[in-house]
Amino acid sequence: MRKDLQARRAFVRTMVAVAMASLVPLGAAQAADPVKVGLMLPATGTFAALGTAISNAFRLYVEEQGGTLAGREIQYATVDDESDPAKATENANRLVVRDRVDVLVGTVHSGVALAMARVARQRDTLFIVPNAGAGDLTGSLCAPNLFRTSFTNWQPAYAMGQAALERGAKSAVTLTWNYAAGQEAVKGFAQAFEAGGGKVVRELALPFPNVEFQAYLTEIASLKPDAVYVFFAGAGAAKFVRDYAAAGLKDSIPLYSSGFLTDGTLEAMGGAGEGLITALHYADGLDNARDQAFREKYQAKYGIAPDVYAVQGYDAAQLLHVGLEAVGGDVRKKAEMRAAMRAATIDSPRGAFTLSAAHNPVQDIYLRRAEGNQNLVIGIAAEKLADPAEGCNM
Amino acid sequence: MDLTTFLIQVLNALQYGLLLFLVASGLTLVFGIMGIINLAHGSFYMIGAYMAFVLTSMTGNLMLAIALGIPLAFALGALLEKLLFVHLYKRDHLEQVLLTYGLILIFEELRSLAVGDDVHGVAIPALFSASIPLSETLSYPVYRLVISAVCVVLAVGLYVLIQKTRLGMMIRAGSHDREMVQALGIDINRLYMIVFALGVALAALAGMLAAPVSSVYPGMGASVLIISFVIVVIGGVGSVWGALVAALVIGFADTFGKVLVPELAGLAVYLVMAAVLLWRPEGIFRKG
Repeated sequence: MRKDLQARRAFVRTMVAVAMASLVPLGAAQAADPVKVGLMLPATGTFAALGTAISNAFRLYVEEQGGTLAGREIQYATVDDESDPAKATENANRLVVRDRVDVLVGTVHSGVALAMARVARQRDTLFIVPNAGAGDLTGSLCAPNLFRTSFTNWQPAYAMGQAALERGAKSAVTLTWNYAAGQEAVKGFAQAFEAGGGKVVRELALPFPNVEFQAYLTEIASLKPDAVYVFFAGAGAAKFVRDYAAAGLKDSIPLYSSGFLTDGTLEAMGGAGEGLITALHYADGLDNARDQAFREKYQAKYGIAPDVYAVQGYDAAQLLHVGLEAVGGDVRKKAEMRAAMRAATIDSPRGAFTLSAAHNPVQDIYLRRAEGNQNLVIGIAAEKLADPAEGCNM
Repeated sequence: MDLTTFLIQVLNALQYGLLLFLVASGLTLVFGIMGIINLAHGSFYMIGAYMAFVLTSMTGNLMLAIALGIPLAFALGALLEKLLFVHLYKRDHLEQVLLTYGLILIFEELRSLAVGDDVHGVAIPALFSASIPLSETLSYPVYRLVISAVCVVLAVGLYVLIQKTRLGMMIRAGSHDREMVQALGIDINRLYMIVFALGVALAALAGMLAAPVSSVYPGMGASVLIISFVIVVIGGVGSVWGALVAALVIGFADTFGKVLVPELAGLAVYLVMAAVLLWRPEGIFRKG
């Protein structure tokens, strides 16, 4: 394996040397060289649609700027990460070492993103995370070269905890899959909820990706809490909401969640999701011109409405733009570029946001209500919420 | 846990167990009786669920979709047997694993091309969409009880088919000694084709019935494959009753595992499996 990699590296070096030697004078070529962006996103598997949205929106932003950022043409190298953490290190190395990208962008799956962060750190390559919500990325693994334009699992959950209190809940039961994202979310919810005087009476967790909820629904019914907080996404979310409604619990015990419960799953819930309250950093029906323009352009180009993932991809490109502008397109000025990105205010479709010291968005978390196939904004659950970035020493 | 809650949990366990039997029943035939290691069993389940989704959106009625879907699945099974599986009976298990694993990949890719990667819901037929109140906060969906009833009917039907009919006798004989059955003038190839197609149709039926409660989504077949093998192995390879008992045991282990030892919920099923196999290495009901 390693030998293979070394051989490949040697081969690449030779090829690059040959190519360089045959080129016209180096100095002249430099300024016109494109900036290489490595997009490592899922193109197949469960998260394929999310990866496509991120990639589409990233490219949309670059095209809006005429295909160049700060005068440098943008060239893409892409890898399908298959949302497989086992292949993540090798895939990231293909972009960082073989293709020598100037910036690495990815991905959806947190386990894959953690592996990418280690590769980016070793090589000191600029790394922008357009989705993965693992707290560690801007926590214990935070680094000067690592930026995130999405969220931490903690953020919407914490905001939902505050909102649940405001909506009159005193006791709550939490339920999630027993994996990192779910645990981080439940922790955030419980922190806010208990800080405000509420009590989490039971924390339930089932093994990922088990979707047999009936035993837990019976537990919830016998505990009779004021509210239930869950963290589920995708097919499991659709099934949970259907089961929750079919068990008659939806009318008696309010169900709260981070927005992923109802993003892209409302149609599959077949009406059972109607009226659900969730918290997220993006919503349908935002009253802001930036969002409306973004939605129209995205819809016109790709034929479908953009979602939260598209927004995060779009903002990843915006953040890169800020960095490149600050150094006049010279990516070798790493420190200056990163300082500019750290200080950036991104004019996002979700509403403007800044970055925390750990490079995670400090953003408004919206409260949304599901209506039809939309999650309409009904208020702000937490204003300018920053992740506590536990374990980050930067 | 008070008595009401306990009784509801027992109902949950029974209902889940019966659902598992439904899912595993097709595998009991193909793996248990024909001896083919069919990793694509989950794919047939997935195909059933997607057929329910597509046919329901075309016809507007799940029951009509199921009525159309069963013959389609049977035909698919017969076709696959004629083209592919017929070559496997005399080969070893490794080659069966390779072929059926290949089928998983092909069916997932075809599914992705035909229907896409989104999660879809299937509406419960209006007739069964009600819920029965069990306690002041909890009610039980009628559709789940209907699924349970279908499972019981299927279990009895399969038992009668295998143990009491002429076809069943030939199937059992064929699983013991292929050559001898052939020598007695029975068309073993046709027989195996029927059994295999029946297995596929059962898996697809399970998918179609489960679609309204589980939604349809990419990779859904993988979620039922392992548990199906667990049930067939615990029950004793080749025994329909064994599979039913094993499914119920697993249903109880899973439900009460989640309630009583939540930290080990994911392990409960496999601990029970290990215990049963230590006690009876050939499963609860040995092959006669």
